[in-house]
Amino acid sequence: MEVVVFTLFALLALLSAIVVIAHRNPVYSTMSLVVTLVSVAALFVLLGAPFIAALQVLIYTGAIVVLFLFVIMLLNVQRESAAPGSGRGQKWGAVLAASAFAGMLGMLLWRTYAPVQTVPVGEDLVSLPALARRLFGEYMLPFQMIGLLLLAAVIGATVLARRDQSGGREDVR
Amino acid sequence: MTVPISWYLMLSGALFVLGTLGALTRRNGISIFLSIELMLNAGNLALVAYSRLLGQQTGQVVVFFVLAVAAAEAAVGLALFIAVYRHGRTIDVNRMNLMRW
Repeated sequence: MEVVVFTLFALLALLSAIVVIAHRNPVYSTMSLVVTLVSVAALFVLLGAPFIAALQVLIYTGAIVVLFLFVIMLLNVQRESAAPGSGRGQKWGAVLAASAFAGMLGMLLWRTYAPVQTVPVGEDLVSLPALARRLFGEYMLPFQMIGLLLLAAVIGATVLARRDQSGGREDVR
Repeated sequence: MTVPISWYLMLSGALFVLGTLGALTRRNGISIFLSIELMLNAGNLALVAYSRLLGQQTGQVVVFFVLAVAAAEAAVGLALFIAVYRHGRTIDVNRMNLMRW
């Protein structure tokens, strides 16, 4: 049963990931990314992390993807046209680099491969109170720093995307 | 029958490689960004898989932080694209030459 669910969502994730990187229209790429993210969220549930799965759906598909779509709409991004000059060399170089990386990764996984008989999902792995205690106890300082980082990101994004209101000269240009 | 953790790790590796390929081949800034999100998500999958293998929640805590950093990165990156678009009317990375002499 678990194998069937895993195979289904793994295939869905891979296929939609291929669509993400292959489709010329960025809107379709973004919608396909939603499918990938939801499939990976389902795999998170299989792995005993329901809270992370909920966060993934809320933050990624709820906030980040909407942000992407909004920017695509705002900038009126066109379909990627055929390459005007650079093209072939870059594409083959990228394929070569990606396959070399895949080979290294595959070799690593092959050497460490062991048909581990995993223990069934324990209560302490799924438990939300335990996760909260960890997050607000052991990892309190990183948690605060993440808050600070998000604040800095909000301020930075606002400053970057703001149209210059003063009418004076713009230093950025 | 339970699914071996290695399968999750292989899926994570495949997703990461696809993200790399996309980030290297696409010329549209938004598509490159989408590929980077794909790579981040593959990393998250590996972290949760190891958390399951070791039976500890530490991996899930790290994924929580990675999600927050991804959100911050997307916000700042898209704001950068808006600024660049306002300057040159394009977000094709081959036509961006702000820093070229």
